Amino acid sequence: MPGLEPEYFAQPGEQAGRRAETRETSVTTAAAFYEELRVAYGFALPAGQMHVAVNAAFCPWTRSLKEGDHVVFIPPVSGR
Amino acid sequence: MNRFLIADTSVDIGTLRETLLKPEAGGFCTFEEWVRQTNDGRLVSPIGYEAFAPLVTSEGQVILDEVRERFDIAETCAMHRTGDLPVGDLAVWIGVAAPHRGAAFKVCRYMIDEIRRRVPVWKREHYVDGQIEWESVIMSVDVTGQPGPFKTGGGHAP
Repeated sequence: MPGLEPEYFAQPGEQAGRRAETRETSVTTAAAFYEELRVAYGFALPAGQMHVAVNAAFCPWTRSLKEGDHVVFIPPVSGR
Repeated sequence: MNRFLIADTSVDIGTLRETLLKPEAGGFCTFEEWVRQTNDGRLVSPIGYEAFAPLVTSEGQVILDEVRERFDIAETCAMHRTGDLPVGDLAVWIGVAAPHRGAAFKVCRYMIDEIRRRVPVWKREHYVDGQIEWESVIMSVDVTGQPGPFKTGGGHAP
């Protein structure tokens, strides 16, 4: 059960009501972690419209997570 | 040296320009993105720029490395502001020095498009009618997690 370090920006940050936290979880992939948080905080955006970065590098949603990983869910950026 | 800067206070553009003065350069182009007073016809008060700074810096540097490799330029650097910026303030600055003008113009355009597509900075529009909205577009994501091309018409997230 890894302790993960999610940090939130933009819409997910407002919806979570916090900028960062340490979270114990039983999930092991970035996708599963996002779904867990989506249920907990009611994130509006599906993973398909987001990117994920682990330890400050873009990665696929299938990325395995380990203790202490810093995880950022990246909502669509302001493209214009 | 990372030549993509993220700054939470105003930056001396003259200093950035001086870093591009190279003897092999025959010209210099700059692109500045300013805070516009309207968005979709609605009056804007300040715009808040929020960034995931470590990834902004690393992904910004990847873009700069790409243009150094793909285009005949002498030097380039860029700066993105964060924080609440009033109408007219400078949000993005890009400078490109090149032996010939064609590459300098082309790389400015390429860089602002790629920054907007790939660099994790979000705009929070504060409208004069009191509403606050995150500006966003719908982006595609490829199998490696890298940002794919964004699709127009994504509209505004609530």
